[in-house]
Amino acid sequence: MARTHVSTRLNGVDTDFLCEDRQSLLEVLRDEIGLTGAKEGCNNGNCGACAVHLDGRVVNSCCVLAVETAGREIATIEGLADGENLHILQNCFLEEAALQCGICTPGFIMASKALLDSEPNPDEHRIRFWLSGNLCRCTGYDKIVRAVQRAATELQEAK
Amino acid sequence: MEAFTYLAPKSLGEALSALGNGKKSLLLAGGTDVIVQLREGRRQCDQLIDLKHVPELMSFKIAGDGSLEIGAAAPLAELYEDPEVRKRFPAVVDAATIIGGIAIQSRASLGGNLCNASPAADSSPALMALGARLVITGPAGNREIAVEDFFAGPGRNTLQAGEILLQVQIPAAVPNSGAFYHRFIPRNEMDIAVASSGVSLVLDSAGVIQSARVALGAVAATPLMVPAAAAALVGKQAGPEAFAAAGEAASAAATPIDDMRGGVAQRRHLAKILTVRALEAAHQRIRESR
Amino acid sequence: MTTIDRPEYKVIGTRPVRPDGVEKVTGRAQYGADIHLPGLIHGRILRSPHAHAKILSIDTSEAAKVQGVFAILTNKDFPGASDKVEELGESAVNLKDALDNILASDKVLYRGHAVAAVAAINGHVAEEALSKIKVEYELLPPVLDVRDAMREDAPLLNESRHTKTLMTGELSEKPSNIATYNNLKAGDLEAAFAAADAVVEREFTTKMVHQGYIEPHNSTGNWNSDGTITIWTSTQGTFAVRNLTAEVLKQPISKVKVIPMEIGGGFGGKLPIYLDPVAALLSKKSGRPVKVTMNRTDVFEGSGPTSGSYMKLKAAMKDKRLTAVEATLCFEAGAFPGSPVGAASMTMLSPYKVENFDIKAYDVVVNKPKVAAYRAPGAPIGAFAIESVIDELCKNQGIDPLQFRLDNASHEGTKMVTGVPFPKIGAEESVRAAMDSPHWKSPIEGPFRGRGVATGFWFNGGMQSSVVANVNNDGTVNLVEGSVDIGGTRASLAMQLAETIGIPFDDIRPAVVDTDSIGHNDVTGGSRTTFASGMACFEAGMDIRRQLIARAAKVWGVAIEDVVYEDGKVHSLKDRSKELSFKQMAADSARQGGPIAGKASLMARGAGGAFATHIVDVEVDPDTGKVTILRYTATQDVGTAIHPSYVEGQIQGGVVQGIGWALNEEYFYDESGRMANSSYLDYRMPTALDVPMIDTIIVEVPNPGHPYGVRGVGEVPIVPPLAAIANAIADATGHRFADLPISPRRVVEALNGLE
Repeated sequence: MARTHVSTRLNGVDTDFLCEDRQSLLEVLRDEIGLTGAKEGCNNGNCGACAVHLDGRVVNSCCVLAVETAGREIATIEGLADGENLHILQNCFLEEAALQCGICTPGFIMASKALLDSEPNPDEHRIRFWLSGNLCRCTGYDKIVRAVQRAATELQEAK
Repeated sequence: MEAFTYLAPKSLGEALSALGNGKKSLLLAGGTDVIVQLREGRRQCDQLIDLKHVPELMSFKIAGDGSLEIGAAAPLAELYEDPEVRKRFPAVVDAATIIGGIAIQSRASLGGNLCNASPAADSSPALMALGARLVITGPAGNREIAVEDFFAGPGRNTLQAGEILLQVQIPAAVPNSGAFYHRFIPRNEMDIAVASSGVSLVLDSAGVIQSARVALGAVAATPLMVPAAAAALVGKQAGPEAFAAAGEAASAAATPIDDMRGGVAQRRHLAKILTVRALEAAHQRIRESR
Repeated sequence: MTTIDRPEYKVIGTRPVRPDGVEKVTGRAQYGADIHLPGLIHGRILRSPHAHAKILSIDTSEAAKVQGVFAILTNKDFPGASDKVEELGESAVNLKDALDNILASDKVLYRGHAVAAVAAINGHVAEEALSKIKVEYELLPPVLDVRDAMREDAPLLNESRHTKTLMTGELSEKPSNIATYNNLKAGDLEAAFAAADAVVEREFTTKMVHQGYIEPHNSTGNWNSDGTITIWTSTQGTFAVRNLTAEVLKQPISKVKVIPMEIGGGFGGKLPIYLDPVAALLSKKSGRPVKVTMNRTDVFEGSGPTSGSYMKLKAAMKDKRLTAVEATLCFEAGAFPGSPVGAASMTMLSPYKVENFDIKAYDVVVNKPKVAAYRAPGAPIGAFAIESVIDELCKNQGIDPLQFRLDNASHEGTKMVTGVPFPKIGAEESVRAAMDSPHWKSPIEGPFRGRGVATGFWFNGGMQSSVVANVNNDGTVNLVEGSVDIGGTRASLAMQLAETIGIPFDDIRPAVVDTDSIGHNDVTGGSRTTFASGMACFEAGMDIRRQLIARAAKVWGVAIEDVVYEDGKVHSLKDRSKELSFKQMAADSARQGGPIAGKASLMARGAGGAFATHIVDVEVDPDTGKVTILRYTATQDVGTAIHPSYVEGQIQGGVVQGIGWALNEEYFYDESGRMANSSYLDYRMPTALDVPMIDTIIVEVPNPGHPYGVRGVGEVPIVPPLAAIANAIADATGHRFADLPISPRRVVEALNGLE
């Protein structure tokens, strides 16, 4: 199968890869590049476990072809922390015990990041609406919503 | 997923000529339907033509006459985040903000939602109620049709070979008018409409309905205009009595199927309830705009 | 938190960040599908499009010609399994059935039943090859509903299966889809019904539902050149995978090593094995490591949901006491026997003292996936029926439903339906906590709003655990354990070890290791890990303490009896100035007798049952049938909350799964036996927008069977919600829904008289 050469910027670093045209961004991140933080939960855009940012917007990487990302900025969970310094959202998920099995966590954090980037002070309903494309089966969402609320406050204070 | 070739034409001309090269093609906008359908074997193609590098397909603007011209592949999120769109075309926003989740809306487009031709698509009844028209381009040039004439059946639209849906045009809202889109889903998000209703109303200064449009989703093989519901409204005072009559007309026009998303009687009933609620909300918008 | 007789703890009851947390929020934690090995190829499974058919032939010749295909497998490639039952802890499995479920032999018994497997250079090529495998089927009529399957003239899934009556061991004369029948009874039912103040009789149905874990099943196998087998997988039980895989492949257990990857949810659904022997055998055939994965549709159609059911209940009340219950429970087992009807029959009456009962329980095969455990398997289904009927009795008699539950509550000494008396339990305390809650004390007002309550019970498990605690000379400890961590047990186990040896939580580094590296551990299931592996941590800690005491006694030249261990230090009772800290002794270990390691391998007995009481407020839109959960409060006796945040999380998660089960989740079948909603789009699990915050009230009645009083926590929270919500809807609408899910369709049809 012929493979296409694609140049992107991934987590702030110029990154090239070869992929088949039919390969999703999720497949290429996981299988070709080796970044497995984005997870496959449903492979059809209904669970959000594969959420990444594409040019600053949150997308389901299972519903993006890798070839589409030529010339674009991709951000994944692996690029969120600054070295050993976790992002406030990551810390809040830990402190609030907002994960159990953890498989949905990267997607929730990336979706939450996109929310707080565009709306620094969302109310509970807005957080729940925004995160409704991310399924979690362990937590009942309570602690996830609290973690995002706390992160919103801490991010505002950090400014 | 079966193999295909990805093409990313930079202009409409390039896109049309790729589409005319004799290979079996599918068009890619946000990809949130077509990529999944390819993966699941529900559609096949030799080449997938990405329209997102064609500038006129990706932009939207409010024209001099106040109408809204939306490139068919423009992402929903960019559209509904626009303050002028939110102010002047709230019924478009009603639909655009509930098509999939946020991560879907970053990519999905009105054109994609229409071309996918689901009878339950959220954009269709809203656009039909607004009297939106579609600009279609092809080897023979451009043609224009009403949104309601775009659908041929579940998953089938009336695009001819070699044609591309170019633009959605929504006429400017006239004074004293309001529109609303309302759907019912079992959860509060991330579901396909069990039934839906898009409505628009134009009132005179005394509150009498001058014109009306009512469109339903998920109650027939295609999104459905309901002229009888509009007829039940025109000439009547906007209010519960007229709205109830329109609701009954909507319910009578529905010819739904029974499937895992809903039953026949349930959908007929919802057609009424949702139409009444959408009319009340559209009426409220008119009152708020005064 | 309500706490009864709890000692002061230093670590237990605190809320530290879990040891595996950072890896999980940075995306670096490795789940089963994340593995990459040199030469790795990819396996996919061909599944039956039919619900019931004979396999006449399987032709793989065209598939084998696809470039990039390395191996193809059918049932015939397996050495064949014996008709033997293997205990899985929370469930048992017949090995022949298990193998037939892994790859079908002569018949397919449900749509999605695995038929063949391919390993190829990538998943796309493997899928292409699957599409070229030709299977010739002879279609048979499917039987999908439990009552249809029980009819004498029903199509039989297995012509040689006869009904086994469990009380006597007798087999029925004629073959049947009813695999087992059991009857639990006591007292004089007829007299109790005759004397009753009120009797309610109702029929109930529930649909098949799925655990819904976000991570699809996966397994990577490598048949090494020395004949050993390595499996990397996301499972609730590495040792169960090892033993079953060895059995199915006819290999000695010692040759199979299972490496636990992080697991993305299970709830009981990752107890069975589906892919592991397939991955191993594909690897043997191809000479490469093979990763086999399911997609979401595979998970819905081809893994193990829990039973749909039909139940008939009749219950009587006299003088505000529950006096008699007659129940018939018919549970779908799926394609092979083994529904949780037994557990349902044994748990449903546990919250109550009731002397007269007769429960008939039928385990019935149907042409649907073989069910697996799902969080308190069977108990939510039974509780839905009994708790609905009790609510109706209370309403009819004008009795406060919580007061009724308090007045009738089981306590220490009350006999369960099996005749075994309860040890110390917190049934009353759980109900009392609900009555004292701000939720119960606040009014519920407004049209089409209502409040419901329900209570529930789960046994919880004990079983086998092994841990090793290796003390390092800097005073830190490596805790080696074999219980897969599905939701925070590295933390809850390390906390118990830290408490026992009196050192800070952060000084303990837990690791979940492979099956070669630790003694046997039963599955992470049955709410047993914090209880049983926690008990092992306590024992390993005590082992360390004994060793340190002996060493100190030797150093000081005093008798062992004169040395005590307290707060992470040993000191001499004779001379208080003689004291050595854990850290000092760890540093001096080489000079004082060598490495210090605490070990425990045990069969944990004394699991304490858990009771939970839930209160829920709903609002019903009568025009659309939509039910909105306005407020939810869950109380639960947890024994001792080791890490309260994760206890709350277990409760909240169980409640929300219960909300989904009550309102929207169901396997939606067409007449041919095709599941029409095998995606997250149409299998409607709750989203964040569908639920409110879930208030939890932790009640602590320490379990006398555990050194720290731990009871299992994870399962019982899913037991009350189905009934609590149904009861709230009845309160809001005046209509009692006895069929799950209480979907908008059902509600709108009932309230508007629609067909």
